[in-house]
Amino acid sequence: MNNISNRQVICESLCERAQSDPDIFVLCSDSRGSASLAPFAEQFPEQFVEIGIAEQNLVSVAAGMARCGKRPFAASPASFLSTRSIEQIKVDVAYSHTNVKLIGISGGISYGALGMTHHSLQDIAAVSSIPGMRVYLPSDRHQTRKLMGYLTKDEEPAYIRVARGASEDVYTAEDCPFEMDKATVIAQGTDIVIIACGEMAAPSLGAVNLLKSRGISAGLLDMYCVKPIDKEAVIRAAEGAKAVLTVEEHSPFGGLGSMVSQIVGEYCPRKVRNLSLPDSPVISGNPQEVFHYYGLDAAGIAASAESFLRSAADQTCRERG
Amino acid sequence: MNLKAKSFALRKDILDMVYLAKTGHIGGDFSVCDILNVLYNRQMNLTPENFSSKGRDHFILSKGHSVEALYAVLADKGFFPKELLKTYSQFGSDFIGHPNNKIPGIEMNSGSLGHGLSVGVGMAIAEKRDGSPARVYVVMGDGELAEGSVWEAAMAASHYGLDNLTAIVDRNGLQISGSTEQVMAQESQRERWSAFGWHVLEAKGNDVAEISAKLEEAAGFRGKPCVIIAHTVKGYGVSFMENRAEWHHKVPDREQYETAMAELDRKLKEAMENE
Repeated sequence: MNNISNRQVICESLCERAQSDPDIFVLCSDSRGSASLAPFAEQFPEQFVEIGIAEQNLVSVAAGMARCGKRPFAASPASFLSTRSIEQIKVDVAYSHTNVKLIGISGGISYGALGMTHHSLQDIAAVSSIPGMRVYLPSDRHQTRKLMGYLTKDEEPAYIRVARGASEDVYTAEDCPFEMDKATVIAQGTDIVIIACGEMAAPSLGAVNLLKSRGISAGLLDMYCVKPIDKEAVIRAAEGAKAVLTVEEHSPFGGLGSMVSQIVGEYCPRKVRNLSLPDSPVISGNPQEVFHYYGLDAAGIAASAESFLRSAADQTCRERG
Repeated sequence: MNLKAKSFALRKDILDMVYLAKTGHIGGDFSVCDILNVLYNRQMNLTPENFSSKGRDHFILSKGHSVEALYAVLADKGFFPKELLKTYSQFGSDFIGHPNNKIPGIEMNSGSLGHGLSVGVGMAIAEKRDGSPARVYVVMGDGELAEGSVWEAAMAASHYGLDNLTAIVDRNGLQISGSTEQVMAQESQRERWSAFGWHVLEAKGNDVAEISAKLEEAAGFRGKPCVIIAHTVKGYGVSFMENRAEWHHKVPDREQYETAMAELDRKLKEAMENE
């Protein structure tokens, strides 16, 4: 069981890169501990800026620094960063085109029992809808490391969401295929294809294995690059299957499921079911309990896939009959 | 042309822009015009030639709706041909109603109030950590000071001792709905900025000599960021627009345009004769 969180990997990547690039900066909003960025602040005090509990200022200050040639990484809980600062993201980062990387920590329902104030289940929808913003939800520590390799060097703004706890491994250090802005095909399947991102990749992989043991051929696409979404990969995956199931730690609206449905509907019509958290405040509990309750663990995803395939087949029979 | 005369020449360009496009925020343009004139033509190390270089000064017009005044100043400085001012607010033009950095000489897009000071703080931190001589100037409106994010930026600026940052408040006392004191009272600005750890200066904001002196004083002050509360007159330069809230974004008709232009011509001539 992996115990290294993606946020720790982000800190390690930034520390490594900062040694050779003095323009790498980290900005926090009283969040260096929760972002696991305290080691960066200690090792590179001249490349660290504490903003205090002021997320709007955090984002705009980062934009001003980027305009002066710096590569700022602004880290704050995803819930506050993505919606409280949304206008600063729109105007000072995206519209002004500044090279700011926004690290949304403790994303989704990481803070399970802390309530809706601390849940970021609107961030994909909010940030993706802004022209020029990229949105990444890496699925495990190995992929996070590969992604950071690009983000510490490129010149475009981006929002990255990671969980608080350690994510279950999907890949290994030796076997982590990664192409920037291209989805990773984890499994090929002919009955159903599952498209997942972030924390939902690992349980989706578990679901693929469960389905296989029940004689169902399920594919799995890791869409860590929610925006720009890998349209070709979605089309290829959907064309090779009877139905598409999306899985995300987000509200039902405007996230991965919505985007995949748009593509599938236009280019290769198939039945699509979107698994997500509900359009209501989520139940209290730790992330595992919450995911289990809403059927977002391996067993729940497999059950949804099976029932969806069955209903899709029934409907096809009715249409033919 | 002396600075005072230039202020009236710039106002003529602004009047032309607003009259031609039938849109704009002429009242605020005229109140802030002298401040921009002094910044670009006396104070800042910022030219079309050094715009892409490191170490030069930075400017952010946080009250982005006064963009017509900024366009006039930038055209006059040679950032782009003055002819382009005629495209202001036309279909497909880059010269839109708020600053955008597709335009040569504009660094950051603005228009939504309360962002500029934070961006300026980021620039000032970056330049300070580089040991650069660059200074950062941010112009805000007085109505804008009701935005909470301004005060997030204000506390960060003093926390980091950003003495390379100067904020200028265009204190014309009027906003779209009426006087600032009726909409959201601002009269204790000196105490507010002071309490947030800033060095506070005040100036007659339509007096180029006084603005110039205060900007120079701010540039020499060490240890704290400086704010200049520039007491201006909304619509300054055209008698029938002065201190009238409706000229926040009213567009002159033909008769008003001609009356205003005649007054600006006369004032320009007087300023040149007194040179």
